[in-house]
Amino acid sequence: MVNPVRSLGAYSLRQVISAGRLGVFFFCTIRGIIRPPGKFWPTVKQIQFIGTKSFAVIGFTAAFTGMVLALQGYHTLTRFGSEGWLGSAVGLSLIRELGPVLSALMVTGRAGSAMAAEIGIMRIEEQIDALECMAIDPYSYLITPRFIASVICLPLLTSFCDALGILGGYVIGVKLLGVNEGSFWDGLISSIDWSDLYMGLVKSVCFSLLIVWVCTYKGFYAGVDEGSFGPEQVGRATTEAVVISSIAVLIGDYVITSILL
Amino acid sequence: MESTRARVPIAAPRESALSHDRPGTLQRMTAENITENIIEIRGLNSFYNSRQVIFDISFAIPKHQITVIMGVSGSGKTTVFRHLIGLKRTAAGQITVDGQDLGSFSETMLMQYRRKIGVLFQSGALFNSLSLSGNIAIPLRVHTNLAFETIRIMALMKLNLVGLAEFCDYMPSQISGGMKKRAGLARALIMDPEVLFVDEPSSGLDPITAAGLDRLILKLREVYEMTIVVVTHELESAFKIADRIVVMDNGRVMAAGRPKEILASKDPRVMQFLAREADPLKVHVDAYYDRLLGEARRSI
Repeated sequence: MVNPVRSLGAYSLRQVISAGRLGVFFFCTIRGIIRPPGKFWPTVKQIQFIGTKSFAVIGFTAAFTGMVLALQGYHTLTRFGSEGWLGSAVGLSLIRELGPVLSALMVTGRAGSAMAAEIGIMRIEEQIDALECMAIDPYSYLITPRFIASVICLPLLTSFCDALGILGGYVIGVKLLGVNEGSFWDGLISSIDWSDLYMGLVKSVCFSLLIVWVCTYKGFYAGVDEGSFGPEQVGRATTEAVVISSIAVLIGDYVITSILL
Repeated sequence: MESTRARVPIAAPRESALSHDRPGTLQRMTAENITENIIEIRGLNSFYNSRQVIFDISFAIPKHQITVIMGVSGSGKTTVFRHLIGLKRTAAGQITVDGQDLGSFSETMLMQYRRKIGVLFQSGALFNSLSLSGNIAIPLRVHTNLAFETIRIMALMKLNLVGLAEFCDYMPSQISGGMKKRAGLARALIMDPEVLFVDEPSSGLDPITAAGLDRLILKLREVYEMTIVVVTHELESAFKIADRIVVMDNGRVMAAGRPKEILASKDPRVMQFLAREADPLKVHVDAYYDRLLGEARRSI
């Protein structure tokens, strides 16, 4: 009878410690903004990695999502004779929900996993220890540039995702299915206001913080709890980073929507 | 050119109260073996989670000498190494550096201490995304305002010291394990440290490369009067370079002293280690057959 209680206690204790460490990690990363070394070039490098290299995958995802939305929306709206609202349906879905969420999930899969793996390898190869021994703040050197780059990139990627998704919807709706071009654009422009764009922007900034926070944290502490440092720990950290940050994005989406609506 | 050493205050030397010859005990120094200790470990205990791995060890690291911490795998020498470089905080006991308690150091003081030391990790711990010169220049880029070209020249000088100047633009993935260790050593030396910590310098290296690293360590002691702490289990290398040896086993110091004293040690575990004898087999034959054959054997 004692063992399950003890296990539960030990588990709870581990979770509390982990939560505390996550908070300290975030604080140290934010503190890293004002600490040496300089962040300009490392941030540019990370922008290239997180942002530029994600354009293609987000472009494809956005275009096909917009096309599917148009296809589905058209068949639903024609039942009510409201196919003129297709532009509005595609635009609102993308700008409010799908654009930020899909961009965040794609960045998690492409860049977040790589961040967790890269930092995890640095942990098991003692490179993070080496940084500490050189009196260099590892948070400031490794994590902060990724945070800054992510906060800059994700809103831009989201905007790109929205634009390309709408374009995909336009191609299918107007060019393929014959929806009136004027009503498509008119519906889109009249139904979207600043609050929708603001919601998309807030979501993308929050998601970028969540993704980098979880992914770099998982990599940074790969194997630390187990006390053993090997490829297995890096693999596990990468998987956990992707799964947890994806779930966090979806939960965050609901929370932000419920607050802002 | 600005000297990096000049930026780091060096505490006044002081006499030690610790002897190296009797591990685990504090002793007044005798006239003939007075040396200044830069680091002293007193009653150190260490834990991983709730498991104790270091048991009340005490020894000292004298200035300008090479101290080798030796022992079998799992003896706790790497844990002591991590305590010494400030990567693991002391749970019980004390490590003093120039008389100041390392455990009570604030983050700022720890950073200052780390600027005075150089650390070579077992794998070299080079950053894969940077060239050798880029790796070696990192501490200078972060801690000094030197011009880019000056930093590059200093990095090349250190690479030259370890015989890797012509590989300065190579990436770590393009060089051998021995070269990685030498490059790691160059990086550890870039800030002209007072104390150099080296983890397993010879492991995984061929005898010629290992001998080259040993010679380099000796040269650093002789030419730069550096205090060097080496963690190794390589007997040949240890006795070649050591001024002082600390032998550890099961988280305890079994012997500590000059190489000759270690060789003369009567401690059975130290003798076994020096003679490279394997542990006796721990398989109990009767119990093994009992488990294998069970009742059938007992009925015979």
